[in-house]
Amino acid sequence: MAARDRHGKDAPWGEFAVVGKPLRKVDGLAKATGAAIYADDIALPGMLHAKTLRSPHAHARIVSIDASDALALPGVHAVITGKDLPVKYGVIPWTPDENALAVDKVRFIGDPVAAVAAVDEDTANAALKRIRVEYELLHAYLDPRESLTRHDPAIHEGRKEGNVSKNVLLEFGAIDQALATSDVIVEDEYTFHGTTHAAIEPHCAVAQYSADGVLTVWSATQITHYVHRALARVLELAPHRIRVVQPCLGGAFGGKSDPFSLEFCVATLAMRTGRPVKMLYTREEVFYCHRGRHPMQMRYRTGASKDGMLRGVDAKILIDGGSYSSFGLVTTYYAGQLLTGPYAFPTYRFDSTRVFTNKPPCGPKRGHGSVQPRFAFEVQLDQLAEKLALDPIEIRRRNFVGEHTTTVNGQRITSNGFLACLDQVERASDWSTRHGKLPFGRGLGVAGSMYISGTNYPVYPNKMPQAGIQLKVDRSGLVLAFTGGNDIGQGSNSVVQYIVAEELGLALDQVRVVAADTDLCPVDLGAYSSRVTFMVGNATIDACRKLRAQLVEALAAHWQVDAKRVRLIHGEALDLEDATHHLPIVEAFHLAEERFDTLGATGSYNTPELGGPYRGGTIGASPAYSFTAHVAEVTVDIETGRVRCEKVWIAHDCGRALNPMLVAGQMEGSAYMGVAEALMEEHTVNRYGLHRGPSLLDYRIPTSVDTPELAALIVESLDPEGPYGAKEAGEGPLHPSIPAISNAIFDAVGIRLKHLPFTPGKVLAALAERRARAGEPTVAGGAR
Amino acid sequence: MLRLPKFEVATPSSVGEAIALLAEAGPSALVVAGGTDLLPNLKHELATPELVVSLAGIRELVGIRVDAGGALAIGAMTTLAEVAASELVRTRAPALAQAASLVAGPQLRTMGTLGGNVLLDTRCQWINQSYFWRSALGFCLKKDGTKCHVVEGGKKCVAAASNDTAPALMTLGATLELEGATGRRSQPLDDFWVADGIYNKKLAHAELLTEVRVPPTAAGHRGAYGKLRERNSIDFPLLGVAVRLDVDAAERIQAVDIVVTALAAQPKRLARVAELLFGLPARGAEFERALEAVAATAAKQCNPLPHIPGDHEWRKAMVPVWVRRTLRAAAERGGPVHED
Repeated sequence: MAARDRHGKDAPWGEFAVVGKPLRKVDGLAKATGAAIYADDIALPGMLHAKTLRSPHAHARIVSIDASDALALPGVHAVITGKDLPVKYGVIPWTPDENALAVDKVRFIGDPVAAVAAVDEDTANAALKRIRVEYELLHAYLDPRESLTRHDPAIHEGRKEGNVSKNVLLEFGAIDQALATSDVIVEDEYTFHGTTHAAIEPHCAVAQYSADGVLTVWSATQITHYVHRALARVLELAPHRIRVVQPCLGGAFGGKSDPFSLEFCVATLAMRTGRPVKMLYTREEVFYCHRGRHPMQMRYRTGASKDGMLRGVDAKILIDGGSYSSFGLVTTYYAGQLLTGPYAFPTYRFDSTRVFTNKPPCGPKRGHGSVQPRFAFEVQLDQLAEKLALDPIEIRRRNFVGEHTTTVNGQRITSNGFLACLDQVERASDWSTRHGKLPFGRGLGVAGSMYISGTNYPVYPNKMPQAGIQLKVDRSGLVLAFTGGNDIGQGSNSVVQYIVAEELGLALDQVRVVAADTDLCPVDLGAYSSRVTFMVGNATIDACRKLRAQLVEALAAHWQVDAKRVRLIHGEALDLEDATHHLPIVEAFHLAEERFDTLGATGSYNTPELGGPYRGGTIGASPAYSFTAHVAEVTVDIETGRVRCEKVWIAHDCGRALNPMLVAGQMEGSAYMGVAEALMEEHTVNRYGLHRGPSLLDYRIPTSVDTPELAALIVESLDPEGPYGAKEAGEGPLHPSIPAISNAIFDAVGIRLKHLPFTPGKVLAALAERRARAGEPTVAGGAR
Repeated sequence: MLRLPKFEVATPSSVGEAIALLAEAGPSALVVAGGTDLLPNLKHELATPELVVSLAGIRELVGIRVDAGGALAIGAMTTLAEVAASELVRTRAPALAQAASLVAGPQLRTMGTLGGNVLLDTRCQWINQSYFWRSALGFCLKKDGTKCHVVEGGKKCVAAASNDTAPALMTLGATLELEGATGRRSQPLDDFWVADGIYNKKLAHAELLTEVRVPPTAAGHRGAYGKLRERNSIDFPLLGVAVRLDVDAAERIQAVDIVVTALAAQPKRLARVAELLFGLPARGAEFERALEAVAATAAKQCNPLPHIPGDHEWRKAMVPVWVRRTLRAAAERGGPVHED
């Protein structure tokens, strides 16, 4: 690892002036007052509006497209189809299987077929109805099990794997022997149903093509850099002629990580018409775009010794990928790779298979790939505890993987605050006096998890930094930080501001952040895999330290003192040993500019070499892992089957909370999302392959009155490589919510729910089954 | 965002003016009250009117009063929030106040009106969708198509009445005051419905609901409304149960009525309920036993279809539970019955 990547966990000037304080976000006031500019707020002179024609069939061959009537409609400027954008793309360079608009085939109901640019949205919509598409229907795959065995017709033709998107089989240690010699084995099946992100802002993109041939695309994306690369590939334009800008973003959660059809369409239509073009998706279209959490059918077999020590875990997972690859290669690895903490198991095997189906494509959602297996495994761990009559917290403590260690699959773990997380939720929930002892119908459940703070696997292989930053120092006293990092509401721009202010001793209003503009900012790989605080934070410190050295040197020379005596704090430069030596920091900028010429600095971060020495060993290998434990408290109405999550205690090891208010917000938001997935949300298609209810009325996310009380308990393990010791907080804290609720339901009423979501109907059926097993009479219609 | 289709909006200031506008424009013209149901439906292209007549400017349609005959008279344009909060409604017609308080969410209740809720169009998971969505199925019986996706081979639309206030008003013996081009009429709500999900009302074009009248309730009147839904706000009912339970001075049950909704195209009055409860005390072991019997007969009489979103088997299982809970709530002067 390069020295530049390691800055230590301590404050740059002895004690923190900014870090650790509950400060306002840089864009907080703009958002609260409505001044923030989102993609759909952009209106350019002469701008056209574009709409997408979508496939009404789940699987069909396109025989012909006739757009002549649409083009004849007054106000219509252009119609494009797959023929205009034949180059395939995909966020993972090895699996480019998407077209901006369908070429020859459509693969799900909602697949984009054509796009129209017109003077306004109504004209564009009217034009869509005038496009005639002739389809030849093909067999539609709606059940992933069918895709495993049937490959004709293939959803993607010309692949030797047929309808199998990806298979990963990895084995660590003598798993079969370990299971054969275990004292106890628990084996069971679990189902994750599929959910989507439901970010409040729909996808939107605006493109402008200048007279001198520069294409600018503003897009509601969480990864400007990959959109930039994909645009260059598909449009066959030199990348330096393309500028991608991410305006203020209204939520993403992974759902804006892929390059999307609309970005290519507005770019092409702008180039074609010579006018700026905007496309805003309807809520319905956002549901078709999807890229939500994959449905998984999971079988786990766990062996342990009598004292509850894990001996081996054997997993087989079928993943329903929907119609395209998206991040599916990574998903298939993550489904196995990210399970190997916070508990140690000496042997492990996972066999994950992702298949294509004719449904909206799945992708990354907060806790990508690992939320589903985590649910299965943490329920299985509770089943094991039950079998061995062990306390569920105790079995988790006993199997703690430890800190500064390596997991069975070769992942390096540095800091690890998981035990402290368990302690915190145990104490806060009054676990020892309440678990197993609450009245029938009320219960507590625990679960743990770990997650990555970015990985050392860049989506396209390269040895350049994963994060870069530039600082520009102005004679006015302002420092501008340019970062390619994407602030998607998680607060990454705020983190940059805090770090620059901390390092250079500036007041917060002396630092402004310019982000996610590929013309202005150095490359950053974007907001995914919980990488931004860790990597951009380290890059920011790196740049600041270079600048700080110049400022200190200039001041030391000015005062003719040793550099060690110079301090920068709260906008002032001070000499620690001579009170007559003090200057406003802006004058220090001037001194340094006189001495070094125009001031500025760059900084970067790249991961150290990580991961196991095997194919796929770097996928999921992170410079630092976060750890989480939840205790959920539920009540179960045994007459209605309704589960109400009353409270979740969330303890999360984020390394160091750079802003505890933002960390707590991420923890609460994560737990909220997990609870929603456990009890309410369900992203499914009906028997025609058509989305069951692509609206926020029918796709049910909890309202404020459905949300449990959330208690965020921050644990700081001070990671040796994180910026001031920080690790991620945006995704990890989601994982335990779902199994903690299942485990709490077991504590409440003695049923094991293994198939999500935990609907009242499933609860009633499980209660009836339990009564039947116990020989009690069952009463239809909710017996009391 | 889905676009509203283009149409003219008229804003008459009197009922007569509104009726004349509607009569002149013909059957494609529509009425908008609060717009909370109509506007999403228009965005879904469930109707494509050239003219929409807004009742928002007609002052005479707003207000809650007791008329000369002692009936509670509620103007059709009175908002659901006002109905829910009204002391007059809460004391004289608790089931109605409770039902109004559970319609949609707080913002929608300040826009949505009592008249609009009573006249709410029927709903179905196969119809309350965008034009594109419906076109992917070749549409359905209710609009633009010939096939029913709920009942295979079904020839009659089974979209569900989803208006929370209607069953409550039925238990209260309410009458609708209607005014049209040919004059005024009083229409008992009980006899207002038609078993047809395409259009479930006996309401002619250019006929306006002006007022809802609830006859005086007995001194021992009790009522409650129970609403089953997935979330504790926003959602339409998966099942609605309205109860009237009048008692005499000795707390013995003198009158019972139960009307359920969200099961079929029209609200449904449960049969054989009065005989199970009449004369019984409204609390105690005997009452509880009778509740079980009422719940059992309710279960037999109700067979929810998979028309609205949600698990219809669970909805069926919840019929006896919600009937029992709502009856008990009425007896105890409690309610509404929902999850909070």
